[in-house]
Amino acid sequence: MSRIELKHIDKFYGSNHVLRDINLVIEDGAFMTLLGPSGCGKTTTLRVVSGLEKPQNGIMTIDGVEMINADDAYYAEPSKRGLNLVFQSYALWPHMTVYDNIAFGLKIQKMPKSEIEKRVMDSLKMMRIEIYKDRYPTELSGGQQQRVAIARAVASSPKLLLLDEPLSNLDAKLRIDMRAELQRLHRDLGTTIIYVTHDQTEALTMSTKIALFRAGELNQVATPMELYNNPIDLEAADFIGNPRINFVDGRARLVGGDLVVKSELGDHTFPAAQLTDETIPSGEFDCVLALRPEQIGIATEAVETGIPVSVYANQPAGSETIVTLKAGKDEFLAKQLGQMHYELDQKVWAVIDQDKINVYNKETTRLIKRAV
Amino acid sequence: MAKRNLPKKPLTGKRLKNLILNVVKNPFNMIVLVSLVILFCLIVIPLLTMVKTTFVMAQSELRRNPGAHVGQFTLYYWRYMLVSNMSKAVLWEPLLHSLVCGALTTLISVPLGSVLAWLMIRTDIPGKRVLGLLVTVPYMIPSWTKALAWLSVFRNSTSGASGFLEGLGIPVPDWLAYGPIAIVLCMSMHYYAFSYIMVSGALRSINSELEEMGEIQGANKAQILRHITLPLIMPSVLSALVMTISKSIGTYGVAANLGNRIGYFTLATKMRTYIDNGPQGVGYAMSLVLVGLAALIIFGNQKIVGVRKSYATVGGKGGRSTLMPLGGAKVPLMAFLFIFLFLAMVMPFFVLIMETFQVTTGGGYALSNLTLYNWIGTVDQAQKYTNYPGIFRNPEFFSAAWNTVRLSIIASIITAFCGQFLGYISSRGRGRWYGNLTEQIVFIPYLMSGVAFSTMYFSMFSRPHLGGLIPSLYGTFTLIVLTSVVKHFPFASKSGTANMLSISTELEEAADIAGASFWKRMISIIIPLAKNGFISGFMLVFISIAKELDLIIIMMTPTTRNLSFLAFTYSQEALNQMADAISVVILLFILVCYIIAHAFGADLGKSWG
Repeated sequence: MSRIELKHIDKFYGSNHVLRDINLVIEDGAFMTLLGPSGCGKTTTLRVVSGLEKPQNGIMTIDGVEMINADDAYYAEPSKRGLNLVFQSYALWPHMTVYDNIAFGLKIQKMPKSEIEKRVMDSLKMMRIEIYKDRYPTELSGGQQQRVAIARAVASSPKLLLLDEPLSNLDAKLRIDMRAELQRLHRDLGTTIIYVTHDQTEALTMSTKIALFRAGELNQVATPMELYNNPIDLEAADFIGNPRINFVDGRARLVGGDLVVKSELGDHTFPAAQLTDETIPSGEFDCVLALRPEQIGIATEAVETGIPVSVYANQPAGSETIVTLKAGKDEFLAKQLGQMHYELDQKVWAVIDQDKINVYNKETTRLIKRAV
Repeated sequence: MAKRNLPKKPLTGKRLKNLILNVVKNPFNMIVLVSLVILFCLIVIPLLTMVKTTFVMAQSELRRNPGAHVGQFTLYYWRYMLVSNMSKAVLWEPLLHSLVCGALTTLISVPLGSVLAWLMIRTDIPGKRVLGLLVTVPYMIPSWTKALAWLSVFRNSTSGASGFLEGLGIPVPDWLAYGPIAIVLCMSMHYYAFSYIMVSGALRSINSELEEMGEIQGANKAQILRHITLPLIMPSVLSALVMTISKSIGTYGVAANLGNRIGYFTLATKMRTYIDNGPQGVGYAMSLVLVGLAALIIFGNQKIVGVRKSYATVGGKGGRSTLMPLGGAKVPLMAFLFIFLFLAMVMPFFVLIMETFQVTTGGGYALSNLTLYNWIGTVDQAQKYTNYPGIFRNPEFFSAAWNTVRLSIIASIITAFCGQFLGYISSRGRGRWYGNLTEQIVFIPYLMSGVAFSTMYFSMFSRPHLGGLIPSLYGTFTLIVLTSVVKHFPFASKSGTANMLSISTELEEAADIAGASFWKRMISIIIPLAKNGFISGFMLVFISIAKELDLIIIMMTPTTRNLSFLAFTYSQEALNQMADAISVVILLFILVCYIIAHAFGADLGKSWG
């Protein structure tokens, strides 16, 4: 268990600035997910934490002990940081059996043989792969190799467990099983976990906190639900959520501390209490309203607060139905639970709870009104 | 913010200490440093020394340069070669011969190899397994034995004994028996294998779905070949072309065996005359011309087709390949193949082997003309022919055989080991300065033909350096080993790099995180995983060194000579049957090695010796 602090981390590859002033605190026992599209620096951050990469700038401490101090050119060796890593490719040594793969690190620590055997068997049992202990990695399926890689990483009882897109090579069904497995592993071990993924579902379902990356910078660090409900800018809003969030252009102005917005969704007045600390331009300005598809209700009869719209497309998928609605020239998605049926071009009324709407300043792309 | 705009960090005592510790505590840095120093000493310094030698007056040239003193800067050698009344005979004529032979060899061997590759890989020609093996056999045979085989068929009275054809009563004119035609045909029969190996590799990697797509679009077979298949294999054809021309320009053994008797010299053979008889500076200058020529060809090729090389990796997921039915063309094509194989392999080698049993060459195969003398005879049995006993009773043969085996084993173990090592540095240093530098330095010996390369070593190590710290290695076995090792660096490190690239760095990083030190990682992870690649790399280098003649011919002394050189000497002394007998021994040795190498999974296609 450990608390990790990254301060002003900069990393260059040649002239390529891949990490830009990363500041991040990972609390003891947290399940921190580094989320972002590929090439945004999340894996590099993980490798900096592990000690496989040396940043040109910044300081990192684990439990208050300095591990990186770029000013002093001090970088603690990976093995001295009390952590272990599960690679995306698993990196199982192909010439060693499953048992030897797991025992390797323990042997290097010069642990007594009986202790090694106990630890290896414990971690094999925890991952439920003890029957494969004498096989070679190539004789195992992808899911089994994944379990071996995790068993190898936890056998040394690391204070910090790093996972680099561990599920990306598994098929959809196995992925859901492994998500549950990892969640339990986190609880049972109580270890701090840093988890890298580009899959938002993995991030939202397992993490205690998510760090959202964008082009080498940290964009937002928040709990999964906060990140989902109030993405900090348009890009984050667009990245999180499936089906994707609806954007509707509007015009906004401050009236007596409240935000008054006009758009195809009608006129809204958002109370001052729901506004963020972002500075709001004076006078009228362009804004973007963002609304999650599941927050849009559909009424087939006229309702007072409903917005008259027409059905553009209708996609029932068993457990849910995605409906494309058209209001004026704007199209947006609504997600309904269960199996609904609408005729194309049918007239319906979209029912929207204005508290659930996010409003962004179109120019700065930042969130100015939170959903509550 | 760009990196250079970062504020410069103050150099505190702590920072300095850590900076030094970071470099020193990492054994990898030390290894890179040591390797670069060694590479520099073994490749860059000899090259510079040779360049320098061509500008410095030597003792032996004083009488032709009155008033000059030893060690003085001079353009004498370059003038002698480029602008004196000798320069036509020294440089321009041999250069022209080299270029003509190289160009004609390329012109024959590239289309031949490519067509053979296409037949073997893409058509439904029958008997592929056997044919495919037979087609690559000529490549396993050293090129100079082909020259001997040629002589055994076409030899005429000019060299004192008749060959197979004259024995049949067919007169063979000199222009056919010796000189450019003979050289070009012999080299083509060797170097077509480059094109065969490279083009068949490319053809194998082409997904036949690409061609089927063309068919669906309505293209006929000729259009598919012209617009889809050919452009895809073009990069391989071009690299085969470059390799063939740069190799054939510098080939010594073939040109010497077939050209010297009638005074037909190429740059490589003329150069050796100068190295042996002086002025040596001229010889070195000529070898620099050869290096420049090879560099020009290779870099020219990279400039022109560099980017297109990436075609080679167009694989697609489907490895399935449908074969093109040859239909009515099958019989003529089979006939062509058989005639080719018969003329290129069966007949010359049959004649070569039979000649080792003949009393007089060209005297037919009647029992009265057959003897085992050349193999096991004693001197008093045949005093009128020769002063030498049969090769199996000749101590010279055994000493040469021992030298061949000893050289091959020692040099190839060292080379393969260094190759893996250099490969490790290049693969882990990809895109960093030390990785690129290593690759570039290691590539230099590739630019040099065997004769040019050994000339360089000869000039460097024939006198002591550093006040005797490096003694004169003239005439020593060590020098021959050293030359063979460094000359094979490019190939060995190429196979080492490929081997090391196949070992993911993550496997090492995982061990690093587990706490394994650099040496522990080497022993438990890298070496076990690199083992197979090491063995096949070793076997290929071994074979290449075993058949080597060009590279070591300059350094041979009576105590160090090997089988190839012995055969070459016998052939020059008109002891044809014995030269043939030695060639046959080498052939068998190399074939056995290939079979062993094959059993270890070594891929012939990777050997570019």
